[in-house]
Amino acid sequence: MKEPFHPKIVSFLCKWCTYSGADLAGTSRMQYPPSILPIRVMCSSRVNPVFVIKSYLSGSDGVLIGGCHPGDCHYQSGNYHTRRRIAILKKVFDSIGLETERVRLSWISASEGSKFARISEEFTGKIESMGENPTKKKVFL
Amino acid sequence: MDYLLRVEKSAEHGLIDFLKFLLENDRIGGVFTLRKTGADGAFDYGLIHDTALLEDAIPLHPFMPVNAAQDLSHFASMKKPIAVVIRPCELRAFIELVKRSQGSMDHFLMISYTCGGVFPFDVAVSGEPEKELPDYWESVARGQIFPKTRETCRACEHFVPMNADVTVSLIGETVNEVCIFCIHTEKAMHLAEGFESKRIEAELESPAIETLRRERQEEKKKLFENTVIRVNGLDGMIDMFGKCIGCHGCSRVCPICHCILCDFESHLFDYEPSMIEDELYRKGGVRLPTDTVLYHIGRLNHMSFSCVGCGMCTEVCPAGIPVAAIFMRTGEETAQLFDYLPGRDVEEEVPVTVYKEEELSTIGED
Repeated sequence: MKEPFHPKIVSFLCKWCTYSGADLAGTSRMQYPPSILPIRVMCSSRVNPVFVIKSYLSGSDGVLIGGCHPGDCHYQSGNYHTRRRIAILKKVFDSIGLETERVRLSWISASEGSKFARISEEFTGKIESMGENPTKKKVFL
Repeated sequence: MDYLLRVEKSAEHGLIDFLKFLLENDRIGGVFTLRKTGADGAFDYGLIHDTALLEDAIPLHPFMPVNAAQDLSHFASMKKPIAVVIRPCELRAFIELVKRSQGSMDHFLMISYTCGGVFPFDVAVSGEPEKELPDYWESVARGQIFPKTRETCRACEHFVPMNADVTVSLIGETVNEVCIFCIHTEKAMHLAEGFESKRIEAELESPAIETLRRERQEEKKKLFENTVIRVNGLDGMIDMFGKCIGCHGCSRVCPICHCILCDFESHLFDYEPSMIEDELYRKGGVRLPTDTVLYHIGRLNHMSFSCVGCGMCTEVCPAGIPVAAIFMRTGEETAQLFDYLPGRDVEEEVPVTVYKEEELSTIGED
């Protein structure tokens, strides 16, 4: 019997907002899919776009980057830079014909535990409908 | 303040006379120009102070041994100004470097020209590149694309220099008979004072330039369409960059890639034996050298919006990957996100170093 597809979503979460939001979701006993593999970073702008590309090429079914809402960055402007970088990354993906939908940037604050649960749910559903990351099957990449 | 000066000599002789005039009158400290190095048609860039050495200067020949932008950043703060004769794309690349604190425009007299493109290395080092020159200059005079120039040159629409102090008009001119300078800045006006020439009432922009621009835009469209067919999707990427031998030659010659701490030159993405082993058993095989696709997508991300399309990367690629066309195409798209044009204006900031509070509302949903 074929095993059902359980996506793996590498998630870079900002320590001040999204990671705390994820904590809140946990302590509030909210249900969200186990597909999210959280990596805590000090700021979403710590995420070098190459990390995202590396995750994608290494077979991660999706990559989630979570940061504070625009204007709320703990370091004043980190998330604005993230937004530009991810915009460029998505444009590059689009330009060379890779799936931009596998990369998602979300603003989730420390008080938005339920939003974290909802976005995890939504993104997981989206990835499930897209299927496995094709890079998994490419041996010589 | 633009005005034109006319000298009744061939463009190259007129320009060399002008450089001589600047040196002899002690208005500049040196000249940076393309020059002949030997009898067999070899050429390189050189910095010249002794006017006798200008005998070997070939400032307008259609060769590009390196993109000169990074060379310029090595002597960007000398006491006396240096007159620099470079192509529009080299000038644009230097502007990109200035934005990244790798130089300054203050110490240079930037002389550029309306550019007909350059020969690929195989023509340039064939031992007899001079053979192609008569045809080349004829097509420049007619404002046509010369088919033997680089792929990216044929598709380049920014062949009229931006930010030059002086432009030598070549497109649409009979370059064997006449030399026309366009003086753009006050700096150039002061330095050129007393130079024997006739001031004429005309504009640099001409019908020949307009025609060539249209032709080049057409050619660019074709080049981009062709590139999409060759590099599309994961399979296209693997096919194309699977040929990459990982020499990083493309970033070595790239005028924009100046970071001495490049991620890809570091050990950041090195594989431990255990990682290779893991991938070996997980996927059934491993490609070596590792991560060539990652390298190219990474570079596309980091500098494509500053790509000036000089074509050096394609020239040096030992695997024959059309790197420049790929970067030019994606670069145009990433730059458009921010209404950016590399090399247009020193004051325009590199997109990844600045931000606006209200922008890109579709990226990162609330």
